[in-house]
Amino acid sequence: MKLDYLDQLESEAIHIMREVAGQFERPALLFSGGKDSITLVHLALKAFRPGKFPFPLVHIDTGHNFQEALDYRDAMAERIGEKLIVRYVEDTIREKKLKEPTGRNATRNGLQTFTLLDTIEEFEFDACIGGARRDEEKARAKERVFSVRDEFGSWDPKRQRPELWNLYNGRIHKGENVRVFPISNWTELDVWNYIRREKIQLPSIYFAHDRELLIRDGKLMATAGGVIKPEADDQRVTRRVRFRTVGDISCTAASESTAETLDAVIDEIQATRISERGETRMDDQLSEAAMEDRKKGGYF
Amino acid sequence: MDLLRFITAGSVDDGKSTLIGRLLYDSKSILADQLEAIERASKSRDDGEIDLALLTDGLRSEREQGITIDVAYRYFQTPVRKFIIVDAPGHIQYTRNMVTGASNCQLAIVLVDARHGVAEQTRRHSLIASLLGIPHIVVAINKMDLVDYSQDVFSDICIHYAELAQKLNVKHVTYIPMSALNGDNVVDRSESMPWYEGQTLLEHLETVEIADDLNLTQARFPVQYVIRPQTPELHDYRGYAGKITSGQFRKGDAITVFPSGETSTIDAIEIAETELEEAATPMSVVMHLATDVDISRGDLIVRSDSQPLSSQTVEAMLCWMDSKEFKVGNKYVLQVGTFRTRCSVREITYQVNVNTYEQIEGVQQLRLNDLAKVILRTAQPISFDPYGTNRASGGAILIDETSNVTVGALMLVGEA
Repeated sequence: MKLDYLDQLESEAIHIMREVAGQFERPALLFSGGKDSITLVHLALKAFRPGKFPFPLVHIDTGHNFQEALDYRDAMAERIGEKLIVRYVEDTIREKKLKEPTGRNATRNGLQTFTLLDTIEEFEFDACIGGARRDEEKARAKERVFSVRDEFGSWDPKRQRPELWNLYNGRIHKGENVRVFPISNWTELDVWNYIRREKIQLPSIYFAHDRELLIRDGKLMATAGGVIKPEADDQRVTRRVRFRTVGDISCTAASESTAETLDAVIDEIQATRISERGETRMDDQLSEAAMEDRKKGGYF
Repeated sequence: MDLLRFITAGSVDDGKSTLIGRLLYDSKSILADQLEAIERASKSRDDGEIDLALLTDGLRSEREQGITIDVAYRYFQTPVRKFIIVDAPGHIQYTRNMVTGASNCQLAIVLVDARHGVAEQTRRHSLIASLLGIPHIVVAINKMDLVDYSQDVFSDICIHYAELAQKLNVKHVTYIPMSALNGDNVVDRSESMPWYEGQTLLEHLETVEIADDLNLTQARFPVQYVIRPQTPELHDYRGYAGKITSGQFRKGDAITVFPSGETSTIDAIEIAETELEEAATPMSVVMHLATDVDISRGDLIVRSDSQPLSSQTVEAMLCWMDSKEFKVGNKYVLQVGTFRTRCSVREITYQVNVNTYEQIEGVQQLRLNDLAKVILRTAQPISFDPYGTNRASGGAILIDETSNVTVGALMLVGEA
């Protein structure tokens, strides 16, 4: 019997999720309504049904999310009958009197970390499952599947635990927690191929649609929700686009596209010469070590 | 399409990063924005040439020092196969990171500088590949451009390496002469070495037979989690969730549970609530047994016709991975499969010099990155297979009880 690579990746991810269930007392699955975390939920269904998930779904809402992703999130939690916990960056800003970034390309993405750490503390989560992949970025390429964080959420790349075979060590001290990445070894294309194979429904913004946008620094930014404040040199346009990743509106760019089906989206992604984060994420382009620095500060 | 995981160990000086860069570049796996980023970074250097090595080193300190410190994972695919590159450091002070990376690989590329031949580093990397049970070794004889693409140089190195391979337990060795810098025999065939009639590196990676490497005879299923919905309609549902780490199971098979020794038969095997007649490694499944047996996380279900070893005194090869010394009498937590128990160190039989393979007896303690044969006494019997026959059920880790850190990698040899 020879397993296809998608079967192997699926089996590995299910194994990792069950290790979380077996090794931790209060895990959580971070769920944003984006394609990677949707894939995680699908894998969790395969890992634990007909039982309930041994963890709630948790979303850290920046208040700048696409409505389509939020609607999808709520409908999904309802449909599968699992608990959804939402915590708002807005509340953290108010309660902790955080200074919100202002100016041209201001984003709340960095403030998410504060709310995430507070939420981990509030529910005493000892493990958070996330949909990060090693192919996304070069600091992520170095991270373990079980990534131990101190009480400040910091990742110390020089003190990673050895991780051998399929043996995961989730033993931690009180106050520490572990970020767990079951789809570490998946590429962007693997995720899309898996979504197609498993017939997983995605939010509509992943497919081509007409949308009002601003052209800023050569990128197509959504006007939805008034998150991005238009400036004099921004050009307002309506284009046929889809989103290759779905993150915070303030830092996620759209791609011009006519792909209305999964097949068409996959064809476009196979043909592209630009990486996922390079095309769509404004937050990684600040410096050569932007992601490494954010992870040291507790970012996912 | 199948999946091959391979490791390449070394640092920038050895041409490892250039080799990976070349593999990605010539197989068109590098995207335009990634290339632009390294072009920008290359310009800040002296020569202005595109430095393919910059594609690989991910951490700030690695770029600053021009070395690889920790393992990075990279992905590419061709029309015939998908690849995971485990990009590991080569320096002796990062041996533990190389061991971490090697544990899951089916193939290792050992880089040899054609000017220097089989060197200390070649010997060390080959030893680790062999200890970790990697079945396929590619000896990449690199920098052939610096020895005038000489066939004699290549042949000498092959003869030399074959002697070394005899001392190690390496099954399949392939030799490829190349220049990663110029792209000879990496993806494209070299015009400078017409005397070489073998495959290029990529051709070899695409065609090397890996299905035979799976252990299909020892059926092992470590239980990770018990699924019990306890709803009115599924009141009696009790499914054992886990991954088949080796072998295959069929409905109706007689099974034995370790460590209890209880027996039963398989009533059903499921994936995502769909029943299967049979299942094999590396599938993650849910198993149901015909009778009520007390089973929980940490137990090992095996097919009764192929039983593992079960013992409280075990012999193992150890790679020590912590800055605190490993000493006789010390206590640790040992994890094999999903089973954990405490253990104490009975004996350090000998330490292995990783460069000369010499066995050093009378060693009292081990330091970071040391390799040794050891004997451990466990609080409860552990069930395992010798690592040489089964990597999945013969690999174990040691965990420090106070720091919780993984401090050792064990390749279990047998009962002591």
